[in-house]
Amino acid sequence: MLKKQTLFGRDPVAYLFLLPWLIGFCTITLIPILSSLYLSFTSYDLMSDVQWKGLDNFAKMLTDDHRFVQSLGVTLKYVFIGVPLEIAFALLLAMALNKGIAGMSVYRTVYYVPSLFGGSVAIAILWRQVFGNEGVFNRLLGLFGIEGTSWIGEPSTALYTLIVLKVWQFGSPMIIFLAGLRQIPGEMYEAASIDGAGAFSRFFRITVPMLTPIIFFNVVMQFISSFQAFTPAFIISNGSGGPIDSTLFYTLYLYEQGFVNFKMGYASAMAWFLLFMIASMTALLFLSAKKWVNYDR
Amino acid sequence: MRTSSGRKIRPYAAISKHLLIAGGALVMIYPLLWMLFSSFKLPENIFNDAGLWSERFTLDNYAKGWEGVARTSFAVFMKNSFIVSGLSIVGNIFACSLAAYAFSRLEFRFKNALFAAMLVTIMLPFHVVVVPQYIIFNELGWINTFLPLVVPKFLGTESFFIFLMVQFMRTLPRELDQAATVDGCGKVQIYWRVVLPLTLPAIITTIIFTFIWTWNDFFSHLLYLADIRKQTITLGLRLFLDSDSVSQWGPMLAMSVVSLVPVFIVFLFFQKYLVEGITAGGVKG
Repeated sequence: MLKKQTLFGRDPVAYLFLLPWLIGFCTITLIPILSSLYLSFTSYDLMSDVQWKGLDNFAKMLTDDHRFVQSLGVTLKYVFIGVPLEIAFALLLAMALNKGIAGMSVYRTVYYVPSLFGGSVAIAILWRQVFGNEGVFNRLLGLFGIEGTSWIGEPSTALYTLIVLKVWQFGSPMIIFLAGLRQIPGEMYEAASIDGAGAFSRFFRITVPMLTPIIFFNVVMQFISSFQAFTPAFIISNGSGGPIDSTLFYTLYLYEQGFVNFKMGYASAMAWFLLFMIASMTALLFLSAKKWVNYDR
Repeated sequence: MRTSSGRKIRPYAAISKHLLIAGGALVMIYPLLWMLFSSFKLPENIFNDAGLWSERFTLDNYAKGWEGVARTSFAVFMKNSFIVSGLSIVGNIFACSLAAYAFSRLEFRFKNALFAAMLVTIMLPFHVVVVPQYIIFNELGWINTFLPLVVPKFLGTESFFIFLMVQFMRTLPRELDQAATVDGCGKVQIYWRVVLPLTLPAIITTIIFTFIWTWNDFFSHLLYLADIRKQTITLGLRLFLDSDSVSQWGPMLAMSVVSLVPVFIVFLFFQKYLVEGITAGGVKG
């Protein structure tokens, strides 16, 4: 079927279908991106006029704001401890469940359910109780004669309760691993067994190399999302990032600057620094992928 | 004992592995079970028992929690959450299916560039746009309404679902479109009568994920809904926290359970679609 080429291509009606998205893309995404880039070089509080400040916001962030540095450190710790642990548990359990154990679907559901609820306010509230001074965790420790502290109230441990909450949600990457494991042909394992490969070498020579694309995908997704974690830290510290800023996540501090103190220029600068960090670290991950991710299947 | 692939397994190893998996499952689920059981306990017992069972169970926590905070019933928060989630679902299906149809089955100018732009927005951190969006919605007088939460969905800003539907629509045979064209259908009719009905599985996945994400969303609700009559369930729960005292823990846990029930029901009935959404993009089909 021959059709006349028009200014908009073969099917100009496509633009009609795209119209809602195009309007949204321009007004709710593109213009705000450019505005926030502009605002990051200004100071603005919704009331008075926008004032051009050049690089002041960025200079202040990096040299003269210890709470910014603290929030960055807290977030990096959360990401670099939480994500590897979460992925490791996800892979381990997926391996264990993949071998077809009795009641597999029940276990899969039980391990997945925490991911379903994990990001909610309800679970963050629960966590406050579980790891509080008189919480369940200390009661259970008490059974073994160990005396716990208030894990939430102690600056040295508060962040770890949030990391535990993050790792607790390994069910979602686990489901992705399970789907990936099912695609590894069984003959590969049989051939390896005949050649005398033990369980250990089958895992490192077949399973891990075959799964690397999925490991990579999980790492990238978890990495990007955990940089932006907000709800659990906000609820558990009741919006303060405390005790003494030990759970002051980057996003929490950004929220405080932008929407409590109404320093919208500063918050925009923080947002762009966040984007820069996530983008550059993701780019590093992609570069490293050439070394360890096996794409020829 | 033999596994399906014929390797021998020692029974003791198999049993201890099973015990390990079962024990792990118990650790994982224990906090949730504890929350469920505690929500039916007397306030003084909530902090005294680490175990699940109690001598006495009561519905008082639910009754007291449902009364809500600051003379606002929990029913109000619940209703608001359902309104926001419902409208978000409609918006996402509308905008994302239209865009996905164009991207997957039509040829037009700048298609590749626009598609790439769409993919980039999936990964874009919300924080990069949130300040100007707040300023815009504030100028429009939309603060304290559901509009900032809902209107963007009607404009396709949750582009993950566009991607999901594009992936799905690409698998539908092209011959269907050609046959419909021969029968005299235009593009709009092909979308409405052929492609959309066949995309139902992807639409169900969209509905489920939109529901769960919107229901659990806290950050944007916190930004835009200050008036207590407009607040959703996540903000309502937070109000309980502010009146933090031991006597409040019972009602708070009870309402936490209530807030998770709709998500759990959706999960029970649509597990299969949920798995498809989780694995989309991660695993080659």
